[in-house]
Amino acid sequence: MAKSISPRAVLGLLLALALLALPPVALSLGEPFYIGLASRMLVFALAAMSLDLILGYGGLVCFGHAAFLGVGAYVVGILGHHAAEQTLLFGILPGTTSGWVTWPLAMLCAGFMAFLIGLVSVRTQGLYFIMITLAFAQMAYFFFVTLKGYGGDDGLSLGQRSTFSDLVSLRDKSTFYYVTLTMAVLVGGGLIKVTRSRFGMVLRGIKENERRMLHIGIPTFRYKVAAFTLAGAVAGLAGALLANQANFVSPAMMHWTRSGELIVMVILGGMGSLLGPAAGAVVFLTLEEVLSAYTEHWQIILGPLLILVVYFARQGLYGMLPRRRADR
Amino acid sequence: MGIFLFAEQVLNGLQLGTMLFLMASGLTLVFGIMNLVNLAHGSFYMMGAYFAATLFKLTGSLVLAAAGAFVGVLVLGMALEIAILHSFYRRDHLDQVLATFGMILFFNELVRMVWGPQAYFLALPEALNGSVELIPGAPYPIYRLIIIVAGLTVALGLYLLISRSRIGMLIRAGASNRTMIEALGVNIRVLFTVVFGLGAALAGLAGTMAGPLLAVQVGMGDSVLITTLVVIVIGGIGSVRGAFLASLLVGLSDTFGRMLLPASLAEMTIYILMAVILYRRPQGLFPAHG
Repeated sequence: MAKSISPRAVLGLLLALALLALPPVALSLGEPFYIGLASRMLVFALAAMSLDLILGYGGLVCFGHAAFLGVGAYVVGILGHHAAEQTLLFGILPGTTSGWVTWPLAMLCAGFMAFLIGLVSVRTQGLYFIMITLAFAQMAYFFFVTLKGYGGDDGLSLGQRSTFSDLVSLRDKSTFYYVTLTMAVLVGGGLIKVTRSRFGMVLRGIKENERRMLHIGIPTFRYKVAAFTLAGAVAGLAGALLANQANFVSPAMMHWTRSGELIVMVILGGMGSLLGPAAGAVVFLTLEEVLSAYTEHWQIILGPLLILVVYFARQGLYGMLPRRRADR
Repeated sequence: MGIFLFAEQVLNGLQLGTMLFLMASGLTLVFGIMNLVNLAHGSFYMMGAYFAATLFKLTGSLVLAAAGAFVGVLVLGMALEIAILHSFYRRDHLDQVLATFGMILFFNELVRMVWGPQAYFLALPEALNGSVELIPGAPYPIYRLIIIVAGLTVALGLYLLISRSRIGMLIRAGASNRTMIEALGVNIRVLFTVVFGLGAALAGLAGTMAGPLLAVQVGMGDSVLITTLVVIVIGGIGSVRGAFLASLLVGLSDTFGRMLLPASLAEMTIYILMAVILYRRPQGLFPAHG
């Protein structure tokens, strides 16, 4: 939630204060549960922003984004597993719980996977692109389902959260929340910078008219693959955070419905605005929380609600505030 | 591998393939003609299976159950088309994906509320439970043969309907130029509703037939939906002929993949197949439009 760069200084300041004050307020109200929920929201906000980079700006409707989230989470999970068992990965690499190693590695692995998938899939257009990214995500899903050494279908529990030397301890809920907040603000702010750079302009141009971009001499294929890779890497970081938040990784994280939910968050918030999808993630998880407290069959409400949103509110939440944010 | 085992696996592959074709034909027709991506197609499959299971319990007749489920899903499909989906024909694919994704959530939850979370198992009547020896010494279940025959019959019927009948001519004309055929005085709205309903009913039929082979349970439509999407993408979206060949290709490669490859690769066979084909031919094997 990179409100720090919002031109709406007052609104941004209020939001920043609210975000900073959340853990102590929740603790004083005796509701520490909300700190965990808020961390989860921030993680998904980050994931939704990474998807928005390719979906909203590049026009690449990726229906397999949860796979990158899952790979990032599994990097943390698998290395943690080997650290706990004192065994070697591939027979040579020792496990570790150090976040200095696992978090960048999560980004690297997810980014590299996105690079490979991007090489194949951005050649296709429209519905074919939607389906091929879905197919790759399914491959990743089944790969981890059949990985019996790491729990298969049942997933893998994290013995402990990632460590950062003696700098911070993520065991504490509030600390974890602030670390997640910092990550979301830094990386989210970075993504906003990217979209305003030449790279971001080219990406938007490709969405508007790819042929034209090609004819003015821009290698659109490379730009699309680069954006896809970057989005995958950021989703990988979100995955590493998610593994820590849940203390658990499982193939369910990359189930295709999760990819669908990520798209819903982006659309709900308003694609092509980065801050919108971040808000979309918060709203989506709030809806899930509120509806599921009301009835166990909350999806019967969510489904039709989704149809209504798509039908009536095409611009998402962000589009509902045109005047307040018109000067962007 | 013995010749008997090989023949049996070929038949299993064909059986899976024809079943997939029942799903894929409707999905690809709806895309090719109305330009609609319908993720809720798997829900029709699930509803077909539940309708059939319930009717079978009430009447004890498999034929009545199958017929009732077919009509039930036909009506459900047409109702959904009239109420919601027809207004999404001119929206972009992303909107369609999201709206029909919402429908999946709705139907899965609806089934869980009405029928409960536990799985149903349909028992076959005695007459269908046996096996026949196509090749002497190699018995094969009658029921699976019936599925193959039914699937091939539907394929032939669709071929005749689309390329030999007047309705088929209108459908093809509507697919290539909607405005023109409307100007010629054809009520395209009704035609679209009928095509959509028919596609849904075929998915329901596939669900009905899958009932005795697999468990009837919540979410059973989701996995088959994804396999079906793989089929129509390989075949070229919008092409019924492509869907037919791709169904058999996917059915056979999935069956043989499961027999020959280690478990982790076997689940991925069809996705690898799709990735390779799309890499070589980004529009699938039989691109429908140009």
